[in-house]
Amino acid sequence: MEILVCARRVPDTSENEIQLNAAGNDIERDDLVYSINEPDNYAVEEALQIVAKTGGNVTVATVGTDEDEEILRREMAMGANKAALLSDEAFTGSDGKGIATVLKGFVEKNKFDLVLTGVQAEDGGAQVGGMLAAMLDYPFASLVNSIEVLDGSKLKVSREIEGGDREVSEIDLPCVLSIQTGINEPRYVGMRGIRQVASVEIPTYGAADLGVDPNVVGETGANVKRDDYFVPALGKGAEILAGSNEEVAGKLIELLKAKGGLQ
Amino acid sequence: MTARIFAYIAHKAGVVDDTAAELFAAAKKIDAAANPTAVVVGAGAELDAVCKTAAATFPEVWKIASETLAYPNAELIRQALTKIIPQGSIVLVPHNHFGIDLAPGLSIKLNAAYVSDVVGIDGVEGTSLKVVRQEFGGVVSAHVHCNIATGVVVTVRPGAFKPIETAAITGTIIDESLETGTLTTKRRYLTTIVPEAGDVDITKEPVLVSVGRGIGEKDNIPIAEELAEALGAVVSCSRPVVDAKWLPKSRQVGSSGQTVKPKIYMACGISGSFQHLAGLKGSPFIVAINKNPKAPIFQVADVGIVTDMLEFLPELAEKVREAKKVTA
Repeated sequence: MEILVCARRVPDTSENEIQLNAAGNDIERDDLVYSINEPDNYAVEEALQIVAKTGGNVTVATVGTDEDEEILRREMAMGANKAALLSDEAFTGSDGKGIATVLKGFVEKNKFDLVLTGVQAEDGGAQVGGMLAAMLDYPFASLVNSIEVLDGSKLKVSREIEGGDREVSEIDLPCVLSIQTGINEPRYVGMRGIRQVASVEIPTYGAADLGVDPNVVGETGANVKRDDYFVPALGKGAEILAGSNEEVAGKLIELLKAKGGLQ
Repeated sequence: MTARIFAYIAHKAGVVDDTAAELFAAAKKIDAAANPTAVVVGAGAELDAVCKTAAATFPEVWKIASETLAYPNAELIRQALTKIIPQGSIVLVPHNHFGIDLAPGLSIKLNAAYVSDVVGIDGVEGTSLKVVRQEFGGVVSAHVHCNIATGVVVTVRPGAFKPIETAAITGTIIDESLETGTLTTKRRYLTTIVPEAGDVDITKEPVLVSVGRGIGEKDNIPIAEELAEALGAVVSCSRPVVDAKWLPKSRQVGSSGQTVKPKIYMACGISGSFQHLAGLKGSPFIVAINKNPKAPIFQVADVGIVTDMLEFLPELAEKVREAKKVTA
């Protein structure tokens, strides 16, 4: 099976404290640690597990700039055979639809049986996979937490719905699936693996290569634009207990007693 | 005069979901003079009951009845809506597992803009819809504007809009079923699997010691268990802990896990995403323990402690045991 995984490089929220910059128009991006969007990493692992059974190739693609190449290398170190950087000045400032339009161009230049995306990015809207499927007229399923290959023409997938229930469906190939975290246990990528792919040439494709009209992507084509960031003021906020751990534990126990949590 | 507004009504077993009234409130934020239309899709007597309930709030209800749509398969519903929603409309859908499945593709098929997981609406100026979204797990919010010249599909976060108290009306129910034509899909619903019950039922516990990503690694789980044992509580968790297979799914609190209603909820190393908080009902006394003073959990907690949970929990467990000895 030929599988494409669409991935993104994002600020790693487990490594950074996300805060506003001084101007308040963006998050503070100096010294941010970036990594692959977590659900996208699960999608690559899932693709690798599928081709281990069916044969075929895993291609990882991202829409971005030279800086984003590092996540492609990381996923190649994990086991992806091919990578593609979809990069063009015309793509800068794309909204979700713009990104999906670029990816559509890449899918149409190739032949994939299955396209996977992560369910959503930290700053995204869980949108690119569903848009891409609609543009390609492929069937789509979101929040996928298990995949079983039935034969060369269809998959059995389950979706995570409310209360931990799993909605099971059969879906025809080619299709687009958005992958939920927890579907598998992504393999570890060591420094040695990264070094092995350090000098691999990663092809770059621009708007002309992909047959993408520069006017419908990027800043020009974007319908959705962010004006600024701000820190929301929600509720009254917690009463902060200050002091040493021992003092705070003492205060907390009094409160728990009062609330009936300690009998 | 803004564009026509539609609201997708989620329902189950003949009961209208809470999001219906929330979408009505969101529509009124877009345009106070709007007469939003409810779109209700399904089959049988259940569907008629849902239409009737929706018509008590919405002046117009579009009913789409078909045996094919008895189960809400977003792939089929997208096709049906694409055929009946007029160009240039504003379509509101709840941002849940169904909305995520339906809405992005719907926006493409309607040639409309798409803006997702909206928590606030500032209104419309010309062809620009101004909304508020949250990013990075709710740590920061963003003002976003969206060009709606060719319409827009908006997913609205459940719980973000307070329903408006309105006198019950008797709206018109219009049967649009025949307008949708023949529906076909390449995704066929088979069944729904209910998760196996766990060793403990966290939904019935009065005190929960709940751990998140801050627990760090599986070997640290006993730190939480020790405190829970001292308190006579049980350990629950947030999603990343289940994703990492450190605790079973049956212990997960949140929209994709269990809905709990304890008296006391100790959120340890949990940032407090809305998906997690959606699983917390009945206004418990929330104690937040987190290293990051900016974690959103501190905005909803009653008491906050900014510290490393791995050092604090053993200290607290020890004090609890001492306190119990004194009382005994």
